[in-house]
Amino acid sequence: MKKVMIIGATSAIAEATARIFAKRGDALFLFARDQERLAVIANDLKIRGARDVYTGLYDALEQQDMANFEGALKQLDGIDILLVAHGVLPDQKVCEASVDDTLRAFDINGTSVLAILTYFANIFEAQKKGSIAVISSVAGDRGRQSNYVYGAAKGAVSIFLQGLRHRLVKSGVQVLTVKPGFVDTPMTAAFDKGALWAQPEQIAKLVVKALDQKKSVVYTPGFWGVIMLIIRSIPDWIFHKTRL
Amino acid sequence: MLISGWGQYPRVEADVLSPSTGDGIQRSLRENDAKPCIARGFGRSYGDSSLSSTIVSTRYLNHFHSFDDATGVLSCDAGVSLDEILGVFVPKGWFPIVTPGTRFVTVGGAIASDVHGKNHHNVGTFCDHVLSFRILIANGDILNCSPSENRDLFLASCGGMGLTGFILDATFKLQKIESSFIEETTYKADNLEECLALFDEHNAATYSVAWIDCLKRGKELGRSLLMLGKHSSAGGYVDLKKTTPSIPFNMPIFCLNRFSVGAFNRLYYGRVREKIQKRRVHYGPYFYPLDGIENWTRLYGAKGFVQYQFVIPKDAGLEGMTSVLDKIAQSGAGSFLSVLKVFGKGNDSFLSFPFEGYTLALDFKVSKRTFELLDQLDAIVHDYGGRIYLTKDARMSDQVFKRGYPEWEEFQAVREKYGAIGTFASFQSKRLGLDV
Repeated sequence: MKKVMIIGATSAIAEATARIFAKRGDALFLFARDQERLAVIANDLKIRGARDVYTGLYDALEQQDMANFEGALKQLDGIDILLVAHGVLPDQKVCEASVDDTLRAFDINGTSVLAILTYFANIFEAQKKGSIAVISSVAGDRGRQSNYVYGAAKGAVSIFLQGLRHRLVKSGVQVLTVKPGFVDTPMTAAFDKGALWAQPEQIAKLVVKALDQKKSVVYTPGFWGVIMLIIRSIPDWIFHKTRL
Repeated sequence: MLISGWGQYPRVEADVLSPSTGDGIQRSLRENDAKPCIARGFGRSYGDSSLSSTIVSTRYLNHFHSFDDATGVLSCDAGVSLDEILGVFVPKGWFPIVTPGTRFVTVGGAIASDVHGKNHHNVGTFCDHVLSFRILIANGDILNCSPSENRDLFLASCGGMGLTGFILDATFKLQKIESSFIEETTYKADNLEECLALFDEHNAATYSVAWIDCLKRGKELGRSLLMLGKHSSAGGYVDLKKTTPSIPFNMPIFCLNRFSVGAFNRLYYGRVREKIQKRRVHYGPYFYPLDGIENWTRLYGAKGFVQYQFVIPKDAGLEGMTSVLDKIAQSGAGSFLSVLKVFGKGNDSFLSFPFEGYTLALDFKVSKRTFELLDQLDAIVHDYGGRIYLTKDARMSDQVFKRGYPEWEEFQAVREKYGAIGTFASFQSKRLGLDV
């Protein structure tokens, strides 16, 4: 039985992952903005086998909500796994026309994650065990015209995690960066889906596997590692001619 | 996007909405007010019953609400699949009372199709064990329906192909089991008469179904394997293996002809050497043999296939089945798996398929010849007082439908009362003359 805290627990990837934890009989503390949906999910996870399921309020734009973490740690009586999964996919074009929208998207996808990690890093460092997993994105691997506001926030998260891993490795704490490619979730409902798209259940399995195997960085599904290697390697003079 | 039912025929262009909450569905309906829409679960109905220009998917409505382990009563969202129910509840010693031949159907779909299983002769259909469900109707209200509350809407929605409203969640019973295994007994029957006699003789069996070799004629017409089953008390609870072989692409159309199907059928029949064979088998391969092969429908090639399932009354049994099987054997249009089953009494739902008699399910790849054959079969089925299963149908005419389902007028009246006409419609309901 593990003690798992999930931030952004109504996200499709988080929920699919929580179902795997529930089936294992783990104890879960779920944080999200929408309390009504969270209650439905918590109830479901209990029936699926979770030992205990607690819920709390967390809105990525309200830093004071982080005060709820302390009570959650007490109620769970410790923490083995932290999964940070909240985020929004901003409309790139809207952001280009609005400073507010750009900063808001960065706050939700970037700043709030760094804040959460700063808080929990000290707890994990002190207890000298456990796993921190964060859903970043392949979008953070290289800035592209079509998605760089989201990409910049995810890139910041990935770099932050890289450094945090460096710091926590001597404490025996796993820091896992998950980089999904295209995932068919409510967040991406507006997109036409092709062969590169994965289901949230697939991503969830890979997240749990990477946690079990004490991995550092995983692309989900794995072929995105190859795709992003290529995308990162394309010289600017060619890259700038693409519409990516 | 381009989308189809399980038979890959027909394929249509549709907007697919995937709301995450009941409120989201209400919103989807409001924003979509001009065009009719239809609910879709796992898309396992074969033809066009889950197809409309706007499709509202239940994929994110898949939460369990409550389970009472004293009574086995489960409440869950309409988008929960039998696969998930099996995964969670078999280890706790519970099993669906009624399961169709695939576990990849949702609860909402099981109600809308009023699905049946190999134990229909004992326990009836899926809806016969539904205690209640909540349905979102055209004006945005959510109504509770049960055999006693809003009974007319309950009877129209069970087997109502999603045409009365959007089923949000349901409460129904599971049965107690003692292991994941089934004690299976297989009987070889040399012809149809022997097969039907075996069904009669074993009418007390928990589960029964027969596989028929449709290519045999004359004395061997109806050569079959009758497979009986009951829940075992031995073997414990074992998870269904998740690794399944898959058909990676559509097979070239010539792969499926009377010679290949004949060879398959010879192998399948020959696999059982003794006249009676007993074995203990996991519930997976017993109930869901084809779920073991992902995308098996691709065997039928890129054009897709149609399934044809009909029921004829018991007293028409041997004669009626003989004329249908004769017709099929004559045509040489082989069916990969042809499944025969005895139905018990039907229920009061207006469009529920089963009634007391014999039912036969056949697959055919899509071709002009197939459609001609099926039109001829429609006539035979009608002559014997039978009807065709809407969940498998992709092509029957509105006359054939209305003759087969005389209660269609009551069904329409209930749809009218609850404002469903024009709001909930599928390509099938248009073809069958229920919507324009």
